[in-house]
Amino acid sequence: MTMTVTELGEMQGVEQTRREMPPIAGQSKLEVRGLLAYFDKTQALKGINLKIPERKITAIIGPSGCGKSTLLRTMNRMHELTPRARVEGEILLDGQNIYDPSMDAVRIRQRIGMVFQKPNPFPTMSVYDNVAAGLKLNGVRDRKRLDETVERSLKMSFLWEEMKDRLKESGARLSGGQQQRLCIARALAVEPEVILMDEPCSALDPNATQKIEEMMVQLENEYTIVIVTHNMQQAARVADYTAFMYLGELIEFDETEVMFENPKKELTERYITGKFG
Amino acid sequence: MEAKQHSNVSRRKIVNRIAIGAIFAAVVLAIIPLFLILAEVIIKGAPEMNLDFLTKLPTPVNVSGGGVVNAIEGSFVMVGFASLISLPVGIGAGIFLSEWGEMRFASFASFVNDVLAEFPSIVIGIFVYVIIVLTTHTFSALAGGLALSIIMMPIIARTTEESLKLVPRSLREASMALGVSRWRTITRVVLSTGRGGLITGVLLSIARAAGETAPLLLTALGSTLALTSLFQPTAALPLLIYTYGISPFRDWQDKAWGASLVLVLVVLVLNLSVKAVTRAKFITVVE
Repeated sequence: MTMTVTELGEMQGVEQTRREMPPIAGQSKLEVRGLLAYFDKTQALKGINLKIPERKITAIIGPSGCGKSTLLRTMNRMHELTPRARVEGEILLDGQNIYDPSMDAVRIRQRIGMVFQKPNPFPTMSVYDNVAAGLKLNGVRDRKRLDETVERSLKMSFLWEEMKDRLKESGARLSGGQQQRLCIARALAVEPEVILMDEPCSALDPNATQKIEEMMVQLENEYTIVIVTHNMQQAARVADYTAFMYLGELIEFDETEVMFENPKKELTERYITGKFG
Repeated sequence: MEAKQHSNVSRRKIVNRIAIGAIFAAVVLAIIPLFLILAEVIIKGAPEMNLDFLTKLPTPVNVSGGGVVNAIEGSFVMVGFASLISLPVGIGAGIFLSEWGEMRFASFASFVNDVLAEFPSIVIGIFVYVIIVLTTHTFSALAGGLALSIIMMPIIARTTEESLKLVPRSLREASMALGVSRWRTITRVVLSTGRGGLITGVLLSIARAAGETAPLLLTALGSTLALTSLFQPTAALPLLIYTYGISPFRDWQDKAWGASLVLVLVVLVLNLSVKAVTRAKFITVVE
């Protein structure tokens, strides 16, 4: 007797499916629909439609000011925290519109984590407290759970070996690359489903960049990752899918290989061959 | 041409030296009063320092001995009462001004706060006199504390606002992106990161309130009796210094110097604590 993947998933329950079934090509974790974003009266996004595949790495590339960071920040409702910034349109997370009035932005951000361009560990907190921050700030006090989470998160961000004897040190004392991996561990500790990365390596040296890229490939098995980067080689190295944006519009979206070897739009080709941007 | 350039250079060097000399002289002139006052207060106040001075009530004019314990108590009680009101209100207002600063009401509130911070303290005294002293028919520690709280509030609000604004936006975003609510982000991340400046502001406002005299003249009045109730005329160090200092009695004048020394020491300790607080940058978060 044969079963389709969907039927199997139904038998095992949705949660089970998400953890144990292999990623299904074409199944989208996030779906952006007719998205417009504004800063005061300036329009930053002019109607974006995009499906982010589940448990894949999707890169968003494009020249400065094209709206790629803005698009990323609309995906976990960080955009609206900027004074006078607004969003119109929908973003579906597992089919549910995160901009629906019944949805709680705080809860959304627990499900969709974020890593920023500049490493931003909490300077008053130790390494341990930085990783545990998402749990501790939300009232988790169970020591065992915190210990386990910190160890697991630091292992996932390849930081455990370096940090296991330095957990009480200030997070601000680490090197730039370590700080960024600490920030990734901090985001992982909340156990999000999606991780948004806003040019996470642009402030780092090549060595640190390589470590983070290796980590991303590891994380791909469990998480949906969206990375904004102005480094096209990085997109080519790590991303399964790539989106190219220009002046607030999505120009092209495809598998990374297709995108870099055989782009459909001339604008895309000119950008990835370095003719502008 | 070359000669002219050369003379320009040497002229510039001379002007440079004169300017440096002038500002150095200015800074010496600016700090001299502090050392003169400190020396005078210590020389004249130190002989008065003894256990009786700090623990006994004042004696009548022609009886020697006694102390100023009621003034010390009065100052502590009134500054304490003022802190009880002005800390939550001032810190709350400062949080609002810093975190919701983009609201139109915030710039208005910020302006009003500035005006209040620079308000002549005697006017605050008259205001509390009319509102509290006249309606309760008595000078009191309550009225004095209230007047001091009005002086402290804008200082605390301003320094809270300033120190929270120094906390980078990226830390607020880091916390919010972890799925922490805005309020918890403010109380647990922003306040914790900016607490050095916050504590500094609180300590400086306490130092300022401890030395205020004018508003207390109209609200606490002063007293030679022990402090037994918040609803009676109350002694305070600055009031005692004023009353004793202008009195014709030698013993009182000496005690005014002693009280001055106590007050100066309190303010000095508060300022040194500020130094200590601002130096300790990294503090582990303790649950």
